Amino acid sequence: MPELEPATGIAAAAGQTYELRLYVAGQTPKSILALANLRQICEEHLQGRYEIEVIDLMENPQLAQGDQILALPTLVRRLPEPIKKIIGDLSNTERVLVGLDLRVRT
Amino acid sequence: MAPRRELPKTLTGIRGFDEITRGGLPTHRPTLVCGGPGSGKTLLALTFLVNGALQFGEPGVLLTFEENAEEMASDVASLGFDLPELIAAKKLAVDYVRVERAEIEETGEYDLEGLFVRLAYAIRTVGAKRVVLDTIESLFAGLKNDGILRSELRRLFSWLKDQGVTAIITGERGDGLLTRQGLEEYISDAVILLDHRVHDQVSTRRLRVVKYRGSHHGTNEYPFLIDAEGISVLPVSSLALQHHAPLARVSSGVAHLDGMLGGKGFYRGSTILVSGTAGTGKTSLGAHFLDAACRRGERCLCFLFEESPQQLLRNMRSIGINLEPWVTAGLLQFHADRPSRYGLETHLATMQNVVAAFRPTITVIDPVTNLMTVGTSADVQAMLTRIIDHLKTENITAMLASLTPALNAVERTESISSLMDTWIVLANEEVGGRHRRGLYVLKSRGMAHSNELREFVLTDTGLQVLDATGEPPAPSRVEHVPEGPEGLVEHAGA
Repeated sequence: MPELEPATGIAAAAGQTYELRLYVAGQTPKSILALANLRQICEEHLQGRYEIEVIDLMENPQLAQGDQILALPTLVRRLPEPIKKIIGDLSNTERVLVGLDLRVRT
Repeated sequence: MAPRRELPKTLTGIRGFDEITRGGLPTHRPTLVCGGPGSGKTLLALTFLVNGALQFGEPGVLLTFEENAEEMASDVASLGFDLPELIAAKKLAVDYVRVERAEIEETGEYDLEGLFVRLAYAIRTVGAKRVVLDTIESLFAGLKNDGILRSELRRLFSWLKDQGVTAIITGERGDGLLTRQGLEEYISDAVILLDHRVHDQVSTRRLRVVKYRGSHHGTNEYPFLIDAEGISVLPVSSLALQHHAPLARVSSGVAHLDGMLGGKGFYRGSTILVSGTAGTGKTSLGAHFLDAACRRGERCLCFLFEESPQQLLRNMRSIGINLEPWVTAGLLQFHADRPSRYGLETHLATMQNVVAAFRPTITVIDPVTNLMTVGTSADVQAMLTRIIDHLKTENITAMLASLTPALNAVERTESISSLMDTWIVLANEEVGGRHRRGLYVLKSRGMAHSNELREFVLTDTGLQVLDATGEPPAPSRVEHVPEGPEGLVEHAGA
């Protein structure tokens, strides 16, 4: 397992708000797990400066095209830019942090 | 052959394709169309969608992974496909899928439900009956987990069946595999392979039905064509040698030759080969044939691959055959082309189109051998088979002139002679400063015909076969001739 350093990126340093969207399709075990994992990670690393919007494509299928969603669950970091996508149930915290630019890839 | 119950099929509306598949693609099932870059996969798939929307009242969905979506739309616009208009009319839904591996992090379990959601949404939006996924293998470049991709694709293809849609899935040809990712493992109903080859600077496109579960299908490679009218597969007809064999006869235009052909001439709808070295009178015989047909009021089409129509008209006037009035009257049409101008497939398609437009009862191709310079002999034979099949199906009597080199005269013609119903050999030799011409019927299927070698002359009133008592070789000796006209010349000059 590679050692991960805290990111020194602009986003983290500036304390910018994270605008996150989690795409799911219904209440599947994977989507429930992904949301739980996401909440935990945000509380630990982004406390007070994040927003999570859950989009259920079963209800709003037309929204899948806009963010080019294929895999589910997909977490989209809309802000800070650039847009990042993390797919899967977010069970690998280290990779999620890397994906969100909260850790640098080593 | 006893009719067997076949699966329901969905017409593609692609000329020729529905014939070789006996009705199109398997209804409510996915078909894999694979081929290398530029082989025409996308065009075939799009034609299936557009024809569905415009001709068969079946709206469609295109889910495309191609990066240059605008380019694709403008490419097909040149074929008269107006995708934006179809989209506006709710006859087509297009979803451009982009997967950027660089911006995706993978963590933990996922599935491709998002793709299913998008596809289902698009299908619902237009009430689609047809779906194209072009080219879904791009997913493998965008996502890392091959295991998930494979199981999800398997799920996708079976899901498509449940949606009541007829689908085409395109795949890029891979090394030793039909597709790079082995999609053929998942799509077991029908697999079509497209191929684009360049041989001797002539490009040929081919299509083959590799697999079609529960259905008869032609297993050959069929040339296909992409031209201004879109995609078409050849032949259009007659795969089972089921053309009619009419008993009606048609005159060769030379009374004496008719006499040698059981007294009545050729069979209507048959194919006649006239072979001989340069200057033996092939074109003259063809001109007689055309002239006689026009006199009966029949429509005649003449393909020229060597001379211009003006040259031919002038030359034939010198032997007293004036074809010009028939041209003026609209009974005779010439179609002259340089063989090297296009590949065989284009010649074939052009000829079929001209025949379809003019609807002749008589066709002359002079000389058919010039086409042989365009492709390999196997290709030429395949093409001629298709032309002849097509003409026979239309009950068009065809005379093909074949220019043979002085030596090994039969050899070059051999590859096509088996396709011919009647074969007339012309030969000449100079003896004592005089040009002597000989003619005999090497074969004529289904009729009693003369085995005699006859001398003939070209006079200013046309081709005249001399009486058998003129300078006849003994019939018994002529029987030995069929090895080739060089033998014939020897006897003829005796």
